[in-house]
Amino acid sequence: MTVESVDPGDVDAADILGSAIERREDPALLTGNAEYTDDIQIDGMLHMAVVRSQYGHAELGDVDTSEAEAMDGVHGVYTYEDLTSDETPGAGSFALPTAWLLDSLKQVEHPVLASDRVRHQGDGIAVVVAEDRYTARDAAGAVDVEYERLDAVVHPSDAFAEDAEQIHDDAEGNVAFDWEIGDADKTADAFADASHTASIDLENQLLIANAMEPRAAVADYNPGTDELDVAMTTQNPHVHRLLMAGVIGHPEHKLSVRAPDVGGGFGSKIHHYADEALVAWCSMMHEAPVKWTATRSETYLTDAPGRGHETKAEIAMDDDGNIVGLRVDTKANMGAYLSTFAPAVPTYLYGTLLSGQYDIPAIYGHVKGAFTNVPPVDAYRGAGRPEASFLVERLVHLGAKEMGMDPVAFRRQNFVPDDAFPYETQVAVVYDSGEYEKPMDEALEMLDYENFREEQEQARNEGKYLGVGFSCYIEACGLAPSELAGQLGAQAGLWESSLVRMHPSGTVTAYCGTSGHGQGHGTTYAQIVANELGIPYDDVEVVEGDTDEIPQGMGTYGSRSAAVGGSSLVKSAQKVVEKGKQIAAHQLEADPDDIEFENGQYSVAGAPDRSLSMADVAGQAYLAHDIPDDMEPGLEETSFYDPDNFVFPFGTHAAIVEVDPDSGEIEIERYVAVDDVGNQINPKIVEGQIHGGIAQGVGQALYEGAEYDENATLLTGSMQDYAVPKAEHIPEMETESTVTPSPHNPLGVKGVGEAGTIAAPQAIVNAVADALEPFGVDHVDMPMDAESVWSAVQDNATADGGSDEPAAGTGDDPDAAADDGGER
Amino acid sequence: MTEHDITLTVNGAEHDLTVESRTLLVHALRDELGYTGTNVGCESSICGACTVRMDGEAVKSCTALAVQADGAEIRTVEDLGTRHDFHPIQEGFQEEHGLQCGYCTPGMMMTALDVLEENPDPTREEIREGLEGNLCRCTGYQNIVNAVQNAAEQMQPAAVADGGEADDDPTPATDGGEER
Ligand code: FES
Ligand code: FES
Repeated sequence: MTVESVDPGDVDAADILGSAIERREDPALLTGNAEYTDDIQIDGMLHMAVVRSQYGHAELGDVDTSEAEAMDGVHGVYTYEDLTSDETPGAGSFALPTAWLLDSLKQVEHPVLASDRVRHQGDGIAVVVAEDRYTARDAAGAVDVEYERLDAVVHPSDAFAEDAEQIHDDAEGNVAFDWEIGDADKTADAFADASHTASIDLENQLLIANAMEPRAAVADYNPGTDELDVAMTTQNPHVHRLLMAGVIGHPEHKLSVRAPDVGGGFGSKIHHYADEALVAWCSMMHEAPVKWTATRSETYLTDAPGRGHETKAEIAMDDDGNIVGLRVDTKANMGAYLSTFAPAVPTYLYGTLLSGQYDIPAIYGHVKGAFTNVPPVDAYRGAGRPEASFLVERLVHLGAKEMGMDPVAFRRQNFVPDDAFPYETQVAVVYDSGEYEKPMDEALEMLDYENFREEQEQARNEGKYLGVGFSCYIEACGLAPSELAGQLGAQAGLWESSLVRMHPSGTVTAYCGTSGHGQGHGTTYAQIVANELGIPYDDVEVVEGDTDEIPQGMGTYGSRSAAVGGSSLVKSAQKVVEKGKQIAAHQLEADPDDIEFENGQYSVAGAPDRSLSMADVAGQAYLAHDIPDDMEPGLEETSFYDPDNFVFPFGTHAAIVEVDPDSGEIEIERYVAVDDVGNQINPKIVEGQIHGGIAQGVGQALYEGAEYDENATLLTGSMQDYAVPKAEHIPEMETESTVTPSPHNPLGVKGVGEAGTIAAPQAIVNAVADALEPFGVDHVDMPMDAESVWSAVQDNATADGGSDEPAAGTGDDPDAAADDGGER
Repeated sequence: MTEHDITLTVNGAEHDLTVESRTLLVHALRDELGYTGTNVGCESSICGACTVRMDGEAVKSCTALAVQADGAEIRTVEDLGTRHDFHPIQEGFQEEHGLQCGYCTPGMMMTALDVLEENPDPTREEIREGLEGNLCRCTGYQNIVNAVQNAAEQMQPAAVADGGEADDDPTPATDGGEER
């Protein structure tokens, strides 16, 4: 189904929530009037460029900046010593903080410019400030750096090897943390008693977000007022402001951070990076505006990649095909330093979802974080949850096969039943609401599943290998509440703040501490506020992404904006309605308890002609000639909304693929997605988010992956080498939705931004495994390029005795695949 | 560094400017002339964010040198239409939700114009092929394909070339029978 968008003028006020209205942010973006950070020009603006390490791991020798300093148009060249010397402004830490602490975490120093050692390619060594961007880059190239190279480590398993090069003196064995969840003994017992088990050994590759807009920042220091304004590519301006204040040593109240239009983030613009702090510092140093814009190559070297797991996992079943246990051992790549929220990703965002959609009585997860010489790893779309969902859905696929059961029947039998919600998993979360069979049923119908199995059989007989793969995913969005986040190690609350300000004429400006970057918050938030206040949609303006305008905020990531930010707006609007009720009662000479509020009208119960509109009341609130005695004039309200719990969207995605075993090529024939994200504020925007998410999931399954050589030199350092999918690579997506509202917030919404990315990889990998079942291929690591698929077929053929033809009857025999030992 | 005096006609307005030999067209447009509607995504001619039309052809302005564009007519996104008077391609993107962050969008639209000029009634496959030089990280492309089809419908049978008043005669859809 394609959702048709509608013009806001064609929607009744009462139906504004839930309407697929066209986005109000589009006209500026479509006419070239958008303002992205690099568009900003300020008179007298200088440009910064960063000298970056060529090597993955090296001791720094002499850094000779003299040639660069002597160049025409160069205003300054700075190393770590310059930042911390007494001559220069700021008294910050000049080290990037980690904002999520685990008990066993080895916190290591992450200076904004390397002081003695570089630990990943692209690690900053010096910065240049110059007249224009060309000169700045030339001068950066002219800085002469002496390196003494060290052995490098790329993969977690190498980092943990006995004789591995040590990356940080104070992190013995390169262990960043050692963390576990669930019950090890109970799970061991479950495995001991189980009649069947299946296991997998996989790599969840490192991915680079590749937001189309590279990271950038423009800092403008005013020596007259001592105020420093920074416009930058951020998903969370207030958090950036707080962290930056500490890094550069400029007080938070004299620092403002603003997100202009932001060209995509996908997690990569959450974290505080060195370059942003450095631009701000350079602006103070030169008392002039300074701009830095990453080149695409710099984004490859420095944007935090995501994923990066090496995992062994197994699932246990009883005789009847009930899942009785799940056990996971993961080595997670943390990169060279601990990025802002990095420790949360492979732990609380991953381990807590290991139950998937299934009722599993015993689960144990063990995760060890590894320091390596890749850039600091952090959240990328989904962050931890895709890794968990991939693993669980791969195991369920293999479990069904082990049982000789249809993968649909096996899943159905093990789903958390509808009457079990709220459902407490073995890994410390309580699912809010769910009806897991609904999207599954819908997907099966869309696929015409029964028929497909016949078609598949027929095709196989003709030497054509079709496969269907399912992904019954769950995700956790809107991290909350703050108290719990604190117990888990967060150094921040996870509430959201908003302000709803009525103007005297009855129109509204609504401010929210989230910070959209393509999600259309201007539209959806206006729908929410218009609905609460009963005023026209066009009378609501939405402001986000500016610390000078918005009281406080935590930003946009983890699909939290609608659930937490939207709910905060509801609360603020409800407070406005409540204050308005007092004013209306006063003016209508009625008891406030007798005032009813509906469709933007306050009226006296039983006397509908005695009424005032929201706009009337707003006008009176500011006139203040006739309001209750003890009341302050004006009509605006703020709220800090702290949710009761996470929300848990879910759904079923399914892919039908054709695999050519001779070439290893995969064709996605169909892609079906049925998502349940709770109530939908704007179905068109929901659909768009699902599409975009699936595309990134398809990217992970088939194309994308950051690869480094043994020296930790990035091999996929450009769009030439790192395959961001193009239009031809993404299948037509067939999307539907079911609606199970969340009881945890006033909107009943869940979260949608990451759903597609979480769901898609395993749908496709399961489909490929299904197609290649006759060849005994159980698993192919992502990205499943033609070579890896072909090799998987060949390896199994060799194991089977030299033929790459499928063994007779293997398609029907669930044990046949086990002949190859199941190991790769 | 050698400098050159060049003339660029951008969206009908003539500009004389002095650039270095190595100045990229996109930087001349954005930094020198203030046409910041055109974006830079990769500086390596892969992503298409910087696509403009030069003498009627879609070109990636990060790979052209400003001096190569001396004397050329450049058309950028700023010349398409205004919020009150969208060009059909803008209308298509708005109606079909063909953009999210909007960063790829100006380049996407300039390429799409090229695609429609060559083939006013493309199939979905042809649109996907036509857009292969433009990356979008947000939309999953499906709604972009819808947007281009939508624009094609609006623009027929009026000439695509001038991109101007095509919506005078919005002949109804002949969408080639492709599945949405
Ligand atoms: S910026 Fe020109 S193609 Fe990417
Ligand atoms: S809309 Fe964001 S890159 Fe295309």
